[in-house]
Amino acid sequence: MLVALAFVVALATTIGDYRIGFGTVVLAISNGLGLTGADIPPIQESVVWDLRLSRALVAALSGAGLALCGAILQALLRNPLAEPFVLGVSAGASTGAVCVIVLGIGAGSLSLSMGAFAGAFSAFALVALLSNGATSGPNHTILAGVAAAQLFNALTSYIVTTSGNAQQARDVMFWLLGSFGGVRWPDFQLLILVIVFGLAVCLWMARTLDAFTFGDEDAAALGVPVARIRLVLFAVTAMITATIVSMVGAIGFVGLVVPHAARYIVGPLHLRLLPASAALGAVFMVLADIASRVVATQQTVPIGVVTALVGVPFFAIILYRARPST
Amino acid sequence: MTSMTIRADNLTWGVGQKTIVRDVSLRVEKNETLGLIGPNGSGKSSLLRLLAGLKRPRSGQVEIEGQNIASLSRRALARQLAFVQQSAASDTNLSVRDVVKLGRTPHRSALSGWSSADEAAVAAAIARVDMVARRGQAWQTLSGGERQRVHIARALAQSPTIMFLDEPTNHLDIHHQIEILRMVRDLDLTSVVALHDLNLASMFCDRIAVMQNGALVACDLPSKVMTESLLHEVFRIKAEVSPDESSGRPHIRFCSE
Repeated sequence: MLVALAFVVALATTIGDYRIGFGTVVLAISNGLGLTGADIPPIQESVVWDLRLSRALVAALSGAGLALCGAILQALLRNPLAEPFVLGVSAGASTGAVCVIVLGIGAGSLSLSMGAFAGAFSAFALVALLSNGATSGPNHTILAGVAAAQLFNALTSYIVTTSGNAQQARDVMFWLLGSFGGVRWPDFQLLILVIVFGLAVCLWMARTLDAFTFGDEDAAALGVPVARIRLVLFAVTAMITATIVSMVGAIGFVGLVVPHAARYIVGPLHLRLLPASAALGAVFMVLADIASRVVATQQTVPIGVVTALVGVPFFAIILYRARPST
Repeated sequence: MTSMTIRADNLTWGVGQKTIVRDVSLRVEKNETLGLIGPNGSGKSSLLRLLAGLKRPRSGQVEIEGQNIASLSRRALARQLAFVQQSAASDTNLSVRDVVKLGRTPHRSALSGWSSADEAAVAAAIARVDMVARRGQAWQTLSGGERQRVHIARALAQSPTIMFLDEPTNHLDIHHQIEILRMVRDLDLTSVVALHDLNLASMFCDRIAVMQNGALVACDLPSKVMTESLLHEVFRIKAEVSPDESSGRPHIRFCSE
């Protein structure tokens, strides 16, 4: 899986509007890592190292993070339709981002991310409040998430229709569908910290998640402090999702589908499912990013469109093959 | 008095304004099988959850072998008490062995490996419910009776001293009902079983506790509890009770009128 990941990342750094040979790419990366001092054109080196590699790695981490969150929420909420945005986080992030884009609260790209992050977290706080600090059942939490998402989506629409112009509306739509266009190394550094921390917490609780197989009360009977575990894991998934959404927009589908694909490959036990989801999500997202750059020349298709277009047929195959034999 | 395992004093619990369990005090002896009967909504399930520490009482307390359960962590409690829900379901397709392995959760830390004690407990539990040949089979392919046996095996894998079962024979045919209850009776554990079938309760339980409107109205030997007047009073049925020829336990015959 790691080999596959390295391969697609290398592929992603090779493919682009500006043609650079694979050999040059390898040299540019090893230069960047300080392993070699090969003499290659600085502009090519810069494109590979500063633009494409950071982009590919952020894509990989985003895919890993979203898939991980999806796997966790599907287990905690015992709902196969659960995904990272079920807690209203992406809707909150869009409201925050729209406040920045349209209302101009703050300015510049940094405050767009900050706005999105603030929005994401206020949505999560609202959901936590509505579901009594995670003490009530899964369906209650899902309903709270749906309510919060509706509220924030309505706010977003309200702001766009009352204050925005056509160009701003288009900006907002593109942002919502997600893009890896603007990411650079500082994004990667922040994201890898969040993902590594999140993955560590989740792996630590992997066996506890297995105990939720037969529901919350059953988990409690197996000695799991249910309310506390739920709150911790909701907070971790909200943090990962909010970070990703504030950086690259709300990329759908990955968090929903990849955990199912991973479950199909490695089975439902979380000690294997969580790393497998993360790895598969990373590979899938990098591939989707490549596809988004090559399908339409001279422009980039929003990544959220690609994940759905590529993901749905792929998912259909899994559903078909995993159908009950009776 | 030394053989007392569960001691509940003045348990009261409710939701909102509604009191569901009122002032129940109860003793259960070591290795005893106590049946819990009562009409729908009489508070059997709630009482079972209070005893197992899954709900916190509004007032009163539960002691397990002399220790107040409110002072124990969920995890410490789960090493002593196992709880079998009525027909707990899952969409996840684990194997029988994987489901039974979940029973070891309270004994394992996040990083500990699979120990020989874990393996022994799981193997013994699977053997106890006679599922050795099917241990690799997927959960979704099991029948209702097999699933209930696997749930009991999972509870046994917790290595508990006390097991609570909430209507474990629901939805099972009569053969499997008897099989499950015989298994529970023969376990080397203290068990508290909520049941609907009065004759099965009478056949398999050492003592029977009767709930009505949240209160405990009787708790004694089957022959003392299963009387025509009590059945009329609690269940509002007309029945004839006579001792069974072979076991001597009360046998209940319902009258259709």
